[in-house]
Amino acid sequence: MDENQKMDAYWRKNLAYIAVLLSIWFAVSCVFGLLAADTLDHFRLGGFKLGFWFANQGSEIIFVLLIVVYVQLMNRLDRKYDVHED
Amino acid sequence: MGILGWTWLFVGLTFSLYIGIAVWAKAATTGDFYVAEKAIHPIANGMATAADWMSAASFISMAGLISFMGRDGSMYLMGWTGGYVLLAMLLAPYLRKYGKFTVPEFIGDRYYSSGARVIALFCAIFVSFTYVAGQMRGVGVVFSRFLEVPVNTGVIIGMALVFFYTTMGGMKGITYTQVAQYCVLISAYLIPVIFISIMLTGNPVPQLAYGGTISAGGAEILGKASYQGQYLLDVLDGIQKDFGFGEYTAGKRAVVDVFFITIALMVGTAGLPHVIVRFFTVRKIRDARSSAGWALFFIALLYTTAPAVAAFARTNFILTVNDKSYANEAPAWFKNWESTGLIAWMDKNEDGIMQYRPGQAFAGKPRYAEGSGDSGERLLSNRPTASDNEIYIDRDIMVLANPEIAKLPNWVVALVAAGGLAAALSTAAGLLLVISASVSHDLLKGVLMPHMSERSELLWARSSAAVAVLIAGLFGIFPPGFVAQVVAFAFGLAAASFFPAIIMGVFSRKTTKEGAMCGMLAGITFTAGYIIYFKFINPAANVPENWWFSISPEGIGTLGMILNFVIMWAVSRVTKEPPQEIQDMVASLRYPASRD
Repeated sequence: MDENQKMDAYWRKNLAYIAVLLSIWFAVSCVFGLLAADTLDHFRLGGFKLGFWFANQGSEIIFVLLIVVYVQLMNRLDRKYDVHED
Repeated sequence: MGILGWTWLFVGLTFSLYIGIAVWAKAATTGDFYVAEKAIHPIANGMATAADWMSAASFISMAGLISFMGRDGSMYLMGWTGGYVLLAMLLAPYLRKYGKFTVPEFIGDRYYSSGARVIALFCAIFVSFTYVAGQMRGVGVVFSRFLEVPVNTGVIIGMALVFFYTTMGGMKGITYTQVAQYCVLISAYLIPVIFISIMLTGNPVPQLAYGGTISAGGAEILGKASYQGQYLLDVLDGIQKDFGFGEYTAGKRAVVDVFFITIALMVGTAGLPHVIVRFFTVRKIRDARSSAGWALFFIALLYTTAPAVAAFARTNFILTVNDKSYANEAPAWFKNWESTGLIAWMDKNEDGIMQYRPGQAFAGKPRYAEGSGDSGERLLSNRPTASDNEIYIDRDIMVLANPEIAKLPNWVVALVAAGGLAAALSTAAGLLLVISASVSHDLLKGVLMPHMSERSELLWARSSAAVAVLIAGLFGIFPPGFVAQVVAFAFGLAAASFFPAIIMGVFSRKTTKEGAMCGMLAGITFTAGYIIYFKFINPAANVPENWWFSISPEGIGTLGMILNFVIMWAVSRVTKEPPQEIQDMVASLRYPASRD
C-alpha cells in the first residue's frame, strides 16, 4: 500500500465512523425523542415513558457516549495509520 | 446572617476570585489574547466551554420554560447539546489542525478570498452582539433581584468586571475565569435541586428521582397521602389533565416545527463562533476531540438536571398553590416572591382561593396598585382576562425560588445569585472576545492594515474589546425591545452561514470561493428575510397557518442551512476549481500529523 492509498484509507475509515455515529445521534434524538416518541411512550423505563425519556435526558447521555467512542476510535486509528501527534 | 449579607459576601468573594485570576493570567502576546497560546488542558477547556455556553438563560430560565412546555421543551435540551457531537466529529479537530486564531480567518484562507472573510466577520459580530445584549441585562436583573440595587447599577458593576478581565487577560484570562465560573454555577444549580429531590422522592439523584416514586414525606408536602408510592410523572400527568393543561409528558406542538427547531439549534450551536473558537485553545488535535466530550459532559450535568427541576417545580407548584386559600394555605415563598412581580394573584371570583388554569390571568406584566385585597394579597391594576386563571407566574421563578421551596438556609439563596452572575458573565466575556478578535485580527490586521506590528495588534485587540464591552453595557442599560425576538437570529444565522461553509471547507476539496460566498449570502438572506418578515414587518401574521410547511421563524435556520449547502455545491460545480495549494491545505487538515 503506498502512502496515498494509506492516507485515503485513513480518511475513509474516519468518514465511516462519523456516518455510523451520526446516524445514532439522529436516531436517539430526532427519531426516538420526537418522530417516534408517541409510539415509544407505550413502553416504560421506571416512571419514565420511553419516548419522553429519550427526549428529556436519554439523548443527552447518549451524545456524551458517542463522543467518548469517537475519541477512542480515532486515537486508535491515528496510531494505526501513523498520523498521531508526537 | 440574612440573605442580603450572604449574597454580598458570595458575590464579593467570587468577583475577587475572577479578578485575581485575571491578574495572574495577563496576556502578553496576540496568541495569548486570541487563543491562550493553545496551551489549555482539554478538561479545563471543557469546563470553560461549558461556562461559555451556558448563559443566564440556561441557568435561570430554561427549567421554567420546560416546566411550562412539557415534552416539547425537550427541543432545547436536545438542540443545545446535540451540536457538540457535530463539533467533535465535523469541526473541532480540523479547525484545530488549521491552527490559526479565528473562524472568519479560516473562511478567508480556505476560500482564498477577503470577501468571504468579511462576510464571515460581520456575521460573527452580528451574532455575538445579539447574544451579548441579553447577558448584560441578565447581570443587571440578578443584581436587582438579590442585592436590591437598581438594574442599571448592576449592569455597570458587571461591565466593569468583564472590562477588567477581558481586556487584561484576553482568552487566557477568560478561560481560567470560566473554569472558576463553571464550578460556581454548577454547584449553585445542583445543591437546591438535590435537596428538593430528597424532599419529594427520598432519592438524592435528581436525574433518576423524577422518574421515581413519591416518598411519604413528599406526599405530605404535596398534600395528599395517596400520592405516596406513585410515580411522580404519572401524578403530574394526572393533575395537568385535570386542570386542562394536557399531559406533561405528551407533545403539543406540530412535530415538523419541533423537528426543524431542534436541528436549527443543534447546527446553530456548532456554528456559533464563540463556541468554535474555544477548540482553538487546546494543545493537540486529539485534545480538540476529547475536549468537546468533556464540554458536553459538563453541560449535560446541568442539562439533565433541568428537566428534573422542571418536573419537581411544576408538580410542587400546582399542588401547593392551586385551589388553596391565599390567606391560610399559600406557601411562604409565594408571598415572598409576590413583591418582585414574578408571581401574582388576582382574585377574580372573589372567593379567596387561588385558581390556576390555562391561559393568561390578566393583560401584561403585574402592575401593583395601592393597598391589599381582602385576603391580604397585593392588589393589581391590570385588566383581567375572561380566563378562569387567576395566577400570573414568571418562568424564572421555577429556579429562583427553589432554595426557599426546599427550605434551605440563606447562604444557598446567595449561592444561586452568585451562580446566575457566573453564568451571565462567562458567556458575555466569551462573546466579547469574538467581537474583539473579529475587529482587530480579521478586519484591521486581515483586510485593512496587513502590515500592523504584533504590539499594535494587541493594543487594537484590547481597545476593541473595551469598546465592545461599552456597547454591550449600553444594550444592557437601554435594552432594545427586540432582544427577545432576535435570539432566533443568532442560531438561525449561525446555522445558515458558518456551519455549511466550514463543513464544506473541510470535507470537500472542490468547493470554490464563488460557491461559498453565494451559499453564505443565500443562507443569510433567506433566513434573515423570513425572521424579519414574521418578527418585525408583519408580527400579526406570525401564526402557524402562515408559516411555510408549518416551520416557525425559530426553526427556519434549518432550511437556510440546506439552501446554503445546495447553492454552494451547485455553484462550485460550474466555477473554476480552487488552486492546488488550497486543495492541498484542505487535504492536510484531515491528518493530525504528517510524517514527511
